[in-house]
Amino acid sequence: MREDGKTNFWLTAALLAPTSMWFLFMLILPLIVILVFSFGERAAVGGYAAGFTLEQYANLPSRLKAFQNTMVIAPVGTLLSLLVAYPLAYYLALRVNRRYKLILLVLVIVPFWTSLLVRTYAWIFILGGRGIPTLLEFIGIEGVRLINTPGAVLVGIVYGYLPLMVFPIFVSLEKLDKTLLEASSDLGGSPLKTFMQITLPLSTPGIATGCMLVFILLMGEFLIPAFLGGGKVFFIGNALVDLFLQSRNWPFGAAVSVTLVVIMLITVTLYMRLIMRGKTGRDESLM
Amino acid sequence: MPDHSSNSNEVDIEFRNATKRFENVVAVDDVSLSVERGAFFSFLGPSGCGKTTSLRLIAGFDQPSEGDVFISGASVVGIPPHKRPVNMVFQQYALFPHMDVAENIGYGLRQRSPKPDRQDITRRVDETLEMVRLSGYGKRRVWELSGGQQQRVALARALINHPTCLLLDEPLAALDRKLRREMQIELQTLQRDVGITFILVTHDQEEALSMSDRICIMREGRIVQSGSPRELYDEPLNRYVADFVGKTNFFDGEIIEARDSAITLKSESGQVLVGVQPKKAAPLVNGSRACVAVRPEMISINAADKNVGDDSIALHGEVMNRIFLGEHSEYLVATVEYGEVMVLSPKSVENSNRSFAPGDRVSLSWRPESVLVLGDT
Repeated sequence: MREDGKTNFWLTAALLAPTSMWFLFMLILPLIVILVFSFGERAAVGGYAAGFTLEQYANLPSRLKAFQNTMVIAPVGTLLSLLVAYPLAYYLALRVNRRYKLILLVLVIVPFWTSLLVRTYAWIFILGGRGIPTLLEFIGIEGVRLINTPGAVLVGIVYGYLPLMVFPIFVSLEKLDKTLLEASSDLGGSPLKTFMQITLPLSTPGIATGCMLVFILLMGEFLIPAFLGGGKVFFIGNALVDLFLQSRNWPFGAAVSVTLVVIMLITVTLYMRLIMRGKTGRDESLM
Repeated sequence: MPDHSSNSNEVDIEFRNATKRFENVVAVDDVSLSVERGAFFSFLGPSGCGKTTSLRLIAGFDQPSEGDVFISGASVVGIPPHKRPVNMVFQQYALFPHMDVAENIGYGLRQRSPKPDRQDITRRVDETLEMVRLSGYGKRRVWELSGGQQQRVALARALINHPTCLLLDEPLAALDRKLRREMQIELQTLQRDVGITFILVTHDQEEALSMSDRICIMREGRIVQSGSPRELYDEPLNRYVADFVGKTNFFDGEIIEARDSAITLKSESGQVLVGVQPKKAAPLVNGSRACVAVRPEMISINAADKNVGDDSIALHGEVMNRIFLGEHSEYLVATVEYGEVMVLSPKSVENSNRSFAPGDRVSLSWRPESVLVLGDT
């Protein structure tokens, strides 16, 4: 038995080693570096100079706008994605003919075959002066500005993140026992009541997973606000790009990063608490 | 609201030439039937015979392609399930996993408008729990219950709504043998107590025979025969029914003389066999293929050297196997004429005569008036 135990220990260790190494070198160590940097000072030529000061953190309010934008647009974007994705996932999982299901699912991910960069770039033209605003002028609506507004950023977000929201919801609706819907209907539940009391509650694991995926990624988003927000609507991600690459104020950038990580930790923990509340027993995994 | 003052001749469920097609499959083919209020009615048949589709036509999950379905005298074609006064117990029970037992049972009441108040729902849920002998289980999660308990929750969830008719889709299929027997008795008792029509779908002939007042045997979407369990057992109209209901030995042959009183048939082994036709069966003509159906309990088994009466038809063979069943012994005899034949011999005969062991030479005989000659369809 002891021999077996030992073999198992080494086998487990060997199997876990790559992941552990990856975590250590790609996540833990960089985070420590960032943390150390955040207490340092900006070198005269930019970059990092050793030191211990809270000056960078005291300076955070100068980037308040970026934090505000992120903290508002990320949740709103997540919610909008959910509202757009749910009917689509519902249709794919419960309404569409089995024969076309796979094709339609593939169509949902086809846009992913092209870089998000290119696709977001395309939206600049769609929302820009010669795009939708010009079309609106034809029907007499003038002076509409779409590009470089929070609205434009939200459109880009919903477009870019839709599949991430659709798939988890699709999976939870797909594995939903369809006789439960018949049972509800048999017991007098109208289609709307059946949806509210059976379908929606039983698809919450998918909703929770989808929202979490999209929200976490959105908190670090910089491409979409950079392209469609045009410097007017910027996220923390954009502030970081600016601090690390343009103004080369590494310690301040590090302080902003650490703050972002802390905010994320708090929100995700609260969110997990919220969705796990009152849930016990089987069948409650996120997927 | 259903009316429980049961008038025994009142028709509860009626099909008039109902047909249901799915793309190119005809699941239910021109079925007409009526079920009396308060009856325990069964659809019996193998899978794919249209019995479940028939049930779904009543529940409203499917709509007939042609014909009409009536509940309590009113056509329900086009009416969705949530507006029909019937309730169903599903094969896998379909209990809502995110609700506890009481919430599951009260589900139907909560869908009503106006919604009954909370105390009223709680009181009725408790009463129903008591009826299915699950008092005190209200706060349990449904997956914590055993199969039999889940079955009872499903029953309670349907019955609390006082449906005019309860639909049961193979409700006992998921239970083990002993529990199934218990639930059969419980279902019968429950049906007598609540006094509403039960419509059961099953492929298990024993279940249908033991529980129902009337059975409708289906094949390929059509009704083959319907009647009381006794009628189906004693007077099957054709080979399919005889084969489906109870155990039967069939001896195939060609009809050489068809008279009202008796049918004479020449079997494949050249033997002349005689039997009677069921009263309601379509008449058989000379030269057509038919079979003699002999129930195992109609055959008497004797030692090979013993002389049997002249009017009995005798087969000769060797005992292959004997299964002791308490009140009966079941013999499997390899006959010279027809291969394996099953014989059921009651205990009383076993004691007075003698019983046989594998390898014994025996003769089998029966009285011609106690066997049926049946056509294939």
